[in-house]
Amino acid sequence: MSRPVEGSASQPGSGPTSKPATRRGTELLMLAFAAVIMTSALVLVDANQEQELTLAIVWYGLAYLGIFLAAHLAVRRWAPYADPLILPCVALLNGLGLVMIYRIDLALAERAVQAGREFSAVAPRQVLWTVFALVLFLAVLIVISDHRTLTRYSYTCGLAGLIMLALPAALPRSLSEVNGAKVWIKLGGFSIQPGEFAKILLMIFFAAFLVSKRDLFMAAGKRVLGVELPRSRDLGPIIIAASVCLGIFVLQKDLGPALLFFGVVLVLLYVATERLIWVIVGLSMFGAGCFVAYHLFAHVRQRVANWIDPLATYDDPGGGYQISQGLFGLGTGGVAGTGLGSGRPETVPEANTDFITAGIGEELGFIGLAAVLMVYLILAMRGMRGALAVRDTFGKLLGGGLAFAIVMQVFVVVGGVTKLIPMTGITSPFLSYGGSSLLANYILVALLLRISDAARRPQPMSRPRMQAVQAPIAEAHTVMVELPGSTSGEKQDQ
Amino acid sequence: MNTPLRRVGIAMLAMVVLLLANATYIQVVNADDYRLDSRNQRVLLDEYARERGQLVSQFGGTILAHSTPTDDRLRFLRKYPSGKMYAPITGYYSWRYGSGGVERLNNEVLTGSDARLFVRRLSDMVTGRDPRGGHVQLTVNPAAQKAAYDAMTDKGFRGAVVALKPNTGEILAMVSTPSFDPNRLASHDGKKQEKAWAEWNCDQREENCDHGNPMRNRAIKETYPPGSTFKLVVAAAALENGMKADSQVLRDSRVTLPGTDTTLANFAFATCPGGTLADAIAHSCNTAFAKLAGDLGASKLRSTAANFGISEDDLEIPLGVERSNLGELGSKPELYQSGIGQRDVRLTPLQDAMLSATIANRGMAMKPQLVKELLAPDLSTLEEYDPEELTGDRAMTEQNADVLRDMMIASENNTSGGGKRPDLTIASKTGTAEHGTNPKQTPPHAWYTAFAPADNPQVAIAVIVESGGDRGLAATGGTVAAEIGRRTIDAALGGN
Repeated sequence: MSRPVEGSASQPGSGPTSKPATRRGTELLMLAFAAVIMTSALVLVDANQEQELTLAIVWYGLAYLGIFLAAHLAVRRWAPYADPLILPCVALLNGLGLVMIYRIDLALAERAVQAGREFSAVAPRQVLWTVFALVLFLAVLIVISDHRTLTRYSYTCGLAGLIMLALPAALPRSLSEVNGAKVWIKLGGFSIQPGEFAKILLMIFFAAFLVSKRDLFMAAGKRVLGVELPRSRDLGPIIIAASVCLGIFVLQKDLGPALLFFGVVLVLLYVATERLIWVIVGLSMFGAGCFVAYHLFAHVRQRVANWIDPLATYDDPGGGYQISQGLFGLGTGGVAGTGLGSGRPETVPEANTDFITAGIGEELGFIGLAAVLMVYLILAMRGMRGALAVRDTFGKLLGGGLAFAIVMQVFVVVGGVTKLIPMTGITSPFLSYGGSSLLANYILVALLLRISDAARRPQPMSRPRMQAVQAPIAEAHTVMVELPGSTSGEKQDQ
Repeated sequence: MNTPLRRVGIAMLAMVVLLLANATYIQVVNADDYRLDSRNQRVLLDEYARERGQLVSQFGGTILAHSTPTDDRLRFLRKYPSGKMYAPITGYYSWRYGSGGVERLNNEVLTGSDARLFVRRLSDMVTGRDPRGGHVQLTVNPAAQKAAYDAMTDKGFRGAVVALKPNTGEILAMVSTPSFDPNRLASHDGKKQEKAWAEWNCDQREENCDHGNPMRNRAIKETYPPGSTFKLVVAAAALENGMKADSQVLRDSRVTLPGTDTTLANFAFATCPGGTLADAIAHSCNTAFAKLAGDLGASKLRSTAANFGISEDDLEIPLGVERSNLGELGSKPELYQSGIGQRDVRLTPLQDAMLSATIANRGMAMKPQLVKELLAPDLSTLEEYDPEELTGDRAMTEQNADVLRDMMIASENNTSGGGKRPDLTIASKTGTAEHGTNPKQTPPHAWYTAFAPADNPQVAIAVIVESGGDRGLAATGGTVAAEIGRRTIDAALGGN
């Protein structure tokens, strides 16, 4: 139905007035707003930390402006109808993340000086990663001019995703292990986590796969207690997804990425089939998996104990120290926070990665943390809007999945930090320090922009379709005049 | 397909709402629990951002601890000008290891977070002045403290000295050796703190670890067998129960513990000269006091001891004081041995000083007190501590106290050791306490407790030198501890 035909034929009758606004101006304005917030935040940090303004502000500010100006211009050129709020939300989160990382750098540097240790700041590296992320972002926008082309490579994506997941496990330790986690590939001075990219590739695969095999999953199986169960042979994909998650979990010794991936697959299945039973089946499998993991692995039990009462396991090895410190920070911040640069977020281990939201909660208070959560929600909801408005099922499925993936990541990490769910190692999208997460999330956002662009683009494809439909009618009309004896129905069939 | 997408959208909304609700619970409802948790270092770090008040002595206001501004993250550095000398009193103030001593117990005043400083905090906020902490004035007499500390450290003795003002309970000196330098724990360099802490707290069974527990305040946290100094308590009980200074007591050079074959002998196996109670104190006759204690019985001994402060639970000066004990006193042999301050009798050096102080105060024990006054940042008084009676009941009548005093003056005259002043009458009692699993082969603890001037007591002291000091098995209270006590008394009277 929705075959794309790139329209070179612009009808003279429609003209520029009927074109929907690109709303790039709105985007630029909102970006400027994000830049103002980021600059004020930087000034506050410096004012509170060093009592004077340093050149670092100018440097970071310029880098930030450069990056998002480039992104904006790219969107103007290659996705002019994209949603105008997605990029500013990302800019705000990324900017705030940079400020926090810079701020924690200052604190850690001071600690290092006191302890007589060497310290290298990570904020410049995060800027560098953001530049790389921008390059990837541009590449995705330029190369994938239509998201539907991805369906052609769905199996390639799936295979690549699986390989990326498995690769660190297969590589020797010297090339793949950092801090005991064997999830990296070290290339020269840089290390990346291929798992972050694998998630997106696998999502593309699942979306395309589900669209092509959608009818299979719609088929009902036996009815038990008034509930239609899926046929057992259709359980294949969800079992594969569960196995992949199990694989991730065993290899990385961490529930976070597995939880994220499994959640997204469940949502994709549900959206594709519109049947809640898949979610129920998936959640039961997840529950059973958790139960088994709890009884098999000591570190899972420890995580659960840390979740139930981190203050009680405070002194245990691998205990609740980190979560407790995060909670102390959040509690000290209270409603209004200590003010940027006036708190002690560096007290929490991993303050600039997994626990960056604890730092935001401490310095910006509940108000700041709530604002950040709302920005995430707006970002995901705008993505979801794109998915709702786009006309092809693959676009809907992928867009919905990507949007959900953002909220899911936030839920897993912020939930872990605030003791809502057990803590699992995962980063906050755009906020946390870390190259792989940043690159992957920029790819995610580029895809969301692409889908929202397709959703709002004035319909070059609808005109060819109208032509295709209208042509026989026009023809029939002509024919009717010429051959009055024939029925219009027959003619239309021609 | 849009219906399930919308539902997913609602689910996303619900997830974020859940996060917000939970964050509200953590940051608004439960915030104080987390903020005020003792393991939350942020509060401590905020303390460092304020100028912490001073610890000063009375008599001229010698500064024992003060804060100086620095350039690093912790904006004020705590300094102790005579660190080791006052460490048992001041304690320490460390961002890594918390705090101890008066630094810990009067923390709220020192940081300025005390409720009584609230109005001043507000006005500081309005006027833009950096908030400061209040000060604590201690009862310490710097001259006495220095004399005691120097006397102990000159010969490298381990032990403690306590000096009290008998009629108020004010602690004029409290020395514990070996001591530690709190400046090392106050350092802003974590490595230095760690090194110091490890040096003083390592397991002494391990190699390269020999510190003698410098962070243990022997004056109040350690209990020792008091030896013959405990005879003051037995004598007081005897006087309270009808005996007189000239009452006859056992003179034998040795006595068999009732119902056993064990004997208990006088020092150098001598027969007690004189044979009266006064002579028994003057010559520290063991057999006499063993039998006296046995004849008095546990309950009479206990009730007199209790009014000296022995067995007082939870005594706070405001530092917590270890409980001094008499032990079971369940049988005659136990009573005999306890009568000469052995067996299970255990006193803190502070308690031993309180024996003399109580006699000096004519039988009334005063509650020992280390803090004289709490001051606001502008040096106005927040709270002043008045002298308090310890139990409210006399340990003995004023007349009996005077009798016992005269016995102690005689005892002083029989005591050797340096530092005597012809113009000063001291009332004293020495002790030489056996301890350890093999008491006869272990150098004894040397005790000296005294007050002076005898006719108008201004200072009461106790000295303990652990394990014979520099004299080994031959050590006695007189030869090892007496001189330290006399030097302390001398300084306390001179500096008054």
